[in-house]
Amino acid sequence: MRAVSAAETAATTHPWAVHAEGLQVRAGRHLAVNGLDLTLPTGVHGLLGPNGAGKTTLMRSLATVLTPAGGRLTLLGRSVDNRSDLRPVRRTLGYLPQQFGFYPRFTVREFVGYMAWLKEMPKAGIPAAVQRSIDRVGLTAKADARLKTLSGGMLRRAGIAQAIVNDPQLLLLDEPTVGLDPEQRLDFRELLRDLGTDSCVLVSTHLVEDVVAACTDVIVLDEGRLVWQGTPEGLTTQGDQGDAGDSPAERGYSAVLRRHRAGVAR
Amino acid sequence: MTTTHPTMAQIERYAAGDPGLDEPSVWAIEVHLEDCNDCRARLAGGTTVETRALIERVAMNLDREIAAVPVSAGHSRSWSLLRHRWFVGTLLPWLAMTAAVLASAALLGELWDGQQWLVLLVAPLAPLPGVAVSWHRRADPAWELIAATPAAGLTTLLRRTAAVLAFVIPALALTGARSGASLALMLLPCLAFTAATLLLGTLVGVRRAAIGLIAIWSLVVIAPSVAAARVPVVLETETAGVWALATVLLTVMAVFRVDGFRRISQYD
Repeated sequence: MRAVSAAETAATTHPWAVHAEGLQVRAGRHLAVNGLDLTLPTGVHGLLGPNGAGKTTLMRSLATVLTPAGGRLTLLGRSVDNRSDLRPVRRTLGYLPQQFGFYPRFTVREFVGYMAWLKEMPKAGIPAAVQRSIDRVGLTAKADARLKTLSGGMLRRAGIAQAIVNDPQLLLLDEPTVGLDPEQRLDFRELLRDLGTDSCVLVSTHLVEDVVAACTDVIVLDEGRLVWQGTPEGLTTQGDQGDAGDSPAERGYSAVLRRHRAGVAR
Repeated sequence: MTTTHPTMAQIERYAAGDPGLDEPSVWAIEVHLEDCNDCRARLAGGTTVETRALIERVAMNLDREIAAVPVSAGHSRSWSLLRHRWFVGTLLPWLAMTAAVLASAALLGELWDGQQWLVLLVAPLAPLPGVAVSWHRRADPAWELIAATPAAGLTTLLRRTAAVLAFVIPALALTGARSGASLALMLLPCLAFTAATLLLGTLVGVRRAAIGLIAIWSLVVIAPSVAAARVPVVLETETAGVWALATVLLTVMAVFRVDGFRRISQYD
């Protein structure tokens, strides 16, 4: 693998990390993301939406795994249509997919190190970066345990560790809190806030309370389209007692979806 | 900005799940607790004796279970890392199948009236099953993770193809030496087909390219040759130079299509 200079991996400032105009992405034959306009600057963005809303398809296209079927998509100032731009974008990308595959015989350290190597990080900096990311997700004591011996929550944290090992400028986490216990979720929210200070973090989740607690911006997707974007506080004001949900934010989320589906603009 | 902490009484009511505490208050306390270490400590201190005893019991059990798990040696698994950098374990069944097919062709050739050229017919296809699965979502558990890295596409594909060839070439050389077939005609078509698979792979995906080439070669060359019981024209001794030229040309063309590999994941 070719050596990458420090200049190539150095953080670059962009006014927004993600910019999509009329984005269309297919999941099989189905157009799962259909005409999405979205701009995401630095910060932690929570992506909410019911099953089949197109969240995972959107995450996969932002991770450059899926090619857009239409519209324009720019990541970190580079168009994903330009194949030669994909490599530098991918170097500064962190991605935790919903279906998180791994090599069971790898240890946490080997796995995160392997991903750092695939991300073309400077070789000399890999061991320290691996240790730092493992520490940040609280897996220090399990760094040399094989992945097949870890619990679901620990595996998820190993997945987060590999996603953040290269200090990504764009971090995409699809259902990152699945399998985490309440205390780990609180730690994770703290980690998210920390990561969001100098990079763009997009978290796809079903847990509205995670979004409200850790995100600076909320995006609600339905049927492949953006139906609402605003602050967590703004979301809590959308609903009323009649809407489904256990908290003001959940009721706000339900209200946004209900209004969108009824075709009523508030 | 000043922070208002909930009172101890409110925290105790929250911890006890007091239904008299209205929902906005529960919500406010919960959000505050997430950010305030002091109040979390007060909440922990405010739990009942029974709850504290339960937590201690659970902690003791957990400590015991953790202690029972053997500590990893932590030694360097450089071999494991090297192995995964170059290929995935799921290639092994395909490589075993390739070896079995080659051995069968050699054996069949010996049994069938000394028709040693039978092994020549399958030699070009020998690396293709391995190459087809070397970069495919069903063959690599971490496929989606790797697809989002700069190593996705050509880098990973070439590395794993090299691993397949490192296995197939000695196997072909061994089989060729045993059957008396020309070493050049055993190896050059195999390399040409590998390069053709990679080249076509940039257009239709590596798996489809491999399946297509296997099907075409089987229908156009293998089937008529077996039916006629003679060496096909394309594998006669004097064609070695043409195969060498084809290998070079196809490799150069694949190199020029290098950008096509960056999006190769879309076909898999």
